[in-house]
Amino acid sequence: MRPLVPVSHRTRIGLGIAFFVLFFAVWALATLGGFVSKVFLADPITMVLNGWTLLVRFGFSYDIAMTVWRVVGGFVFAALVAVPLGIAMGAYKPVEAFFEPFVSFARYLPASAFIPLLILWAGTGETQKLLVIFLGSVFQIVLMVATSVGATRRDLVEAAYTLGSDERSVVARVLIPANAPEIAEILRLVLGWAWTYVIVAELIGSSEGIGHMIIDSQALNATGQMIFGIIVIGFIGLVSDFVFKAVNARLFPWKFA
Amino acid sequence: MSAPKLSIEGIARVFPGVGRRGQPTRAIEPTSLQVAENDFITILGPSGCGKSTLLRLVAGLDTPTSGRVVLNGRVVVRPGPDRGMVFQSYTLFPWLTVAENIAFGLRERGVPSLERRRIVDDYIERMGLAGFERHWPKQLSGGMQQRTAIARALANSPEILLLDEPFGALDNQTRALMQELLLGIWERDRKTVLFVTHDIEEAIFLASRVIVMTARPGRIKAEIRVELPHPRRYTMKTAPEFSTLKARLTEEIRAEALIALAER
Ligand SMILES: Nc1ncnc2c1ncn2[C@@H]1O[C@H](COP(=O)(O)OP(=O)(O)OP(=O)(O)O)[C@@H](O)[C@H]1O
Ligand SMILES: [Mg+2]
Repeated sequence: MRPLVPVSHRTRIGLGIAFFVLFFAVWALATLGGFVSKVFLADPITMVLNGWTLLVRFGFSYDIAMTVWRVVGGFVFAALVAVPLGIAMGAYKPVEAFFEPFVSFARYLPASAFIPLLILWAGTGETQKLLVIFLGSVFQIVLMVATSVGATRRDLVEAAYTLGSDERSVVARVLIPANAPEIAEILRLVLGWAWTYVIVAELIGSSEGIGHMIIDSQALNATGQMIFGIIVIGFIGLVSDFVFKAVNARLFPWKFA
Repeated sequence: MSAPKLSIEGIARVFPGVGRRGQPTRAIEPTSLQVAENDFITILGPSGCGKSTLLRLVAGLDTPTSGRVVLNGRVVVRPGPDRGMVFQSYTLFPWLTVAENIAFGLRERGVPSLERRRIVDDYIERMGLAGFERHWPKQLSGGMQQRTAIARALANSPEILLLDEPFGALDNQTRALMQELLLGIWERDRKTVLFVTHDIEEAIFLASRVIVMTARPGRIKAEIRVELPHPRRYTMKTAPEFSTLKARLTEEIRAEALIALAER
């Protein structure tokens, strides 16, 4: 293997699938072969059967839809606030000096630690779930966007000035388009983190959602269902990542094509 | 002589030292230069003598420590579209196609789209970029990128064109072709041009006046008129007058390069 030499598209997909196959094979061997007790870990077949029952008998698709909606809702809300603020901070240094210390501080406050407080303030309804996602994502996005915009190539900005741009048009026609792909990548990354917050939020005080199902299954010792829930999350993450990447490649051919 | 188009009046630039003990860098000593309308001035000097700094001061991208730059009777305080610049590094906007890059300044000025199309098409044609209108900058060779950058600056019809070693990274053959292309444009449009280079042949071939700068801190050391007739072709580079000028400039530059080397 030579460093940094790319592989063909087909080899890449093949290798990616190969690991999944290997993973399931090891899991099947450990459980079906009797090396691990059923109490701790269900085998893949039980998992799939349990998942099927969940979907057709217990309306698990409704739980999935709820969770997706919470993540997307809280995340979109956070992005709408954070992206403009991050751009303003990256572009205008006084704005950055004003917000940056607080945002850096707030970024380290764990969103999950706010859940009890948020329940107190907003109850156990949807508002609380959305707020958890919002708090968990907003500061991260702000800081990363600000850093990206602040690192825009200075010579491009200077070129724009010599072509007649004024301050506002440098932001609109250089800083934003130059960083748009980077901002999209940041959103993709943070969306992944938002998934972990929603599950934590649903583990506590919730009557539907994937996290809620996982907690319910714990009471029944149904490891097959729990694992099915976890795998569903991973699968949705994989799909959303794939969609995000495809959309980015379409939107920013100058960068990714 | 009538009032000069561009007048550089006792301009100096000192960069503050780096760190607590750092000595300030005197990039340019007080320097004056008058540029007449339609002049093609090439600025020649060893690396680090402040050529880019001088150009940036004229462009308004940097502020002089003392002195001033006057263009058409107005003091330069900030960058503007009346001074088109082509940078030493490749500065095309990577998110815009070749055509959109050339149109950047025109859109900034609010030129209507039909007029814009006409101007852009004209420069695409003249710069030999036909067929590449919709390419992204990263799909272009270095020579094409610089041609697009020149077109982008010219499309704005600036009062003066500032070029900072635009062909510095190109191979000799491409560089020679680009020189002829640029000279052809100048012979047709008679723009006022400041062109920085450290290639002596290039400096002579293009210029109506060659300015030689000293090693850091940069000052104007000599100024040499080039009386070679226009239109010029590459064959001129082997003419005896050309060789005489080249020998003389080589001497001037060599002395400065030796000083620059001894300072290190
Ligand atoms: N922003 C800056 N801060 C501090 N020093 C600088 C800065 N820009 C340039 N200098 C210094 O000023 C001097 C002149 O730099 P300049 O880039 O103008 O040289 P140059 O003649 O264009 O060289 P080259 O031919 O290598 O491009 C150098 O010693 C450089 O270190
Ligand atoms: Mg330079």
